Amino acid sequence: MPVDRLLPTDESRDLLALVRQIAAEQLTPRAADDEAASRFPRDVFGLLGRAGLLSLPYPEEFGGGDQPYEVYLQVLEEIASAWMSVAVGTGVHALSCWAIAGFGSHEQRKALLPDMLGGEQLGAYCLSEPQAGSDVAAMSTRAVRDGDHYVLTGTKAWITHGGEADFYLVFARTGDDRTRGISAFHVPAGSAGMDFGAPERKMGLTGSTTTQVLFDGCRVPAGHLIGAEGQGMHIALAALDSGRLAIAAAATGLAQAALDAAAAYAVGREQFGKPISDFQGMQFLLADMAAAVEQSRATYLYAAKRRDAGLAYSRQASIAKLTATDAAMRVTTDAVQVLGGSGYTRDYPVERYMREAKITQIFEGTNQVQRMVIGRDVVRAARG
Amino acid sequence: MKIVVCVKHVPDATAKRSFDAADHTVDRAGVDGLLSELDEYAVEEALTIAAAGDGDGEVVVLTVGPEQALDAARKSLQMGAHAAVHVVDDAVHGSDAFGTSLVLAKAVEKIGSDTPVDIVLCGMASTDGAMGVVPAMLAERLGLPQVTFAAEVTIDGTKVTARRDGDVATETVEATMPLVLSVTDQINEPRYPSFKGIMAAKKKTVETWSLADLGVDPSEVGLAAAWTSVQEVAARPPRSHGEVVTDDGDGGRQLVEYLAGQKLI
Ligand SMILES: Cc1cc2nc3c(=O)[nH]c(=O)nc-3n(C[C@H](O)[C@H](O)[C@H](O)COP(=O)(O)OP(=O)(O)OC[C@H]3O[C@@H](n4cnc5c(N)ncnc54)[C@H](O)[C@@H]3O)c2cc1C
Repeated sequence: MPVDRLLPTDESRDLLALVRQIAAEQLTPRAADDEAASRFPRDVFGLLGRAGLLSLPYPEEFGGGDQPYEVYLQVLEEIASAWMSVAVGTGVHALSCWAIAGFGSHEQRKALLPDMLGGEQLGAYCLSEPQAGSDVAAMSTRAVRDGDHYVLTGTKAWITHGGEADFYLVFARTGDDRTRGISAFHVPAGSAGMDFGAPERKMGLTGSTTTQVLFDGCRVPAGHLIGAEGQGMHIALAALDSGRLAIAAAATGLAQAALDAAAAYAVGREQFGKPISDFQGMQFLLADMAAAVEQSRATYLYAAKRRDAGLAYSRQASIAKLTATDAAMRVTTDAVQVLGGSGYTRDYPVERYMREAKITQIFEGTNQVQRMVIGRDVVRAARG
Repeated sequence: MKIVVCVKHVPDATAKRSFDAADHTVDRAGVDGLLSELDEYAVEEALTIAAAGDGDGEVVVLTVGPEQALDAARKSLQMGAHAAVHVVDDAVHGSDAFGTSLVLAKAVEKIGSDTPVDIVLCGMASTDGAMGVVPAMLAERLGLPQVTFAAEVTIDGTKVTARRDGDVATETVEATMPLVLSVTDQINEPRYPSFKGIMAAKKKTVETWSLADLGVDPSEVGLAAAWTSVQEVAARPPRSHGEVVTDDGDGGRQLVEYLAGQKLI
């Protein structure tokens, strides 16, 4: 059953119908096989790009769809219900385009954005490092100006689309100040001095490639600096609020898929002479799962509407990320419970959903970090 | 080049479909509908033909059906068709292929009254009625040549060459425009609309015509004028469990006996 959504316009309803059609015909049928084989579905991003789904929240002047976050995130949620790796990849790609769209020069936008937003060019977002995870300001990758180039040296870790992307948004140190010494660069794939580690062997999201990105004297034209020197941290964090909302929406879609699979199984499976869905103990489990899914959706949509209205939404984005990803972990774990022994096998998708849910509590700021952000805001407000 | 594509709005085959209890017609109001999948191939082919050459071809989609049939036309507009015509009239309800083809023919004539129509494109059949006769009837009514079940089409000036794949032979057929052309699901890979297409469709013209606008006498169409009538409908019995053949060395023989017993071979 498709989710009964509250959408603001006729075109957004048609858009969601299109997304459901593409998901049902192009994503769902191959998700399990590609995940099992750790195959990265590069072609899918081309398809989503041609359908205009990668550029939805960007302004029309850049070839975008000019859609509110309220609509864009629901599109992402639908994609996640069909294939989590693709939803995460779509979110990471959007993060990678964000810097150029928001802070790039007129020339950079004109030259780069159309192909990025059209899906011909897939992006990667390189912030984390082996020694700089939650504490991103501890990064040590350096960019040293040399004539009309910058020379990058250092190691980025956990990079989604590492080795697959066409361009890399790289944050590197141009000064020693912990936060004001960081700058953002556009680095095209194939740049000399850029290499990749072996793909990480992950517990889930296996259709999405994650590698280290290694810079060893990688020369980048000075014109590829995005914004001003020292503006990098600001750019990284500005993108992260939107990124957290994307993860919240994707986690909601994943939880919805788990709930749907569990409910469908429960009405079909009989024990003690009747469907297990007739037992109150089972209905309460399903009820809690449904409540968690709708709480997640309501929470991320509230943050999205604040963003669309031009209000501050950082705290709400963190709350949405925390709420939706913790909920996804619970709901997917309960979905395995509903399916009993079958749920524990790879013949059903719910064990995969459970493995996929776990990462949502970790990336784009661990849920401990989200609590830090929210907690600080609460205390700041109380101090007045 | 002006192309008219006839498209039908059909009940979603994945949803629960039913018949109206009173007159045994397909219940079109109570279920979700969509553009007949087989018509997507016709829309795609029309868009491809229109974009070829100097690319100034015009594609008009034509649909006959109740209010919600407009969705089929809208989907076609989102795919890239330029304009749409929706013929809606209570008197059309229950029309058979004869009635439908009459309304379509009159509508095609009206669409061609300013600039003439070069090609009338149809899907090979609808996914609900599945008769596959409307294109032929339409050609007859319009007095145009018909090329049906085309699996490949090449256009050279006003000459249309089509490949028709039969069970035992493949034919190559030629005809000259104007003509009626129906295409199979082998001919192309229909495109998805894009979000830009969705936005653009909102600004495209949709004309709504009644039978009176077409000069069709209501008594010639609809349930009463249909040449056939449905006396009774019954739900298909649930599928029985299949017969399992265990291969203890003579599995092949058992299979043959089963197939022969069912008169399948
Ligand atoms: C599949 C995958 C994809 C990823 N994709 C990308 C990407 O595309 N780009 C990118 O830049 N990064 C990416 N990451 C990195 C991700 O964002 C980091 O893993 C994450 O920020 C956590 O950093 P860490 O792994 O170093 O953990 P650590 O920061 O070492 O954290 C370890 C534990 O300590 C806790 N902790 C740390 N500090 C505190 C504190 N102050 N108070 C309380 N608890 C604390 C954490 O919550 C966590 O539980 C990805 C990671 C994975 C696994």
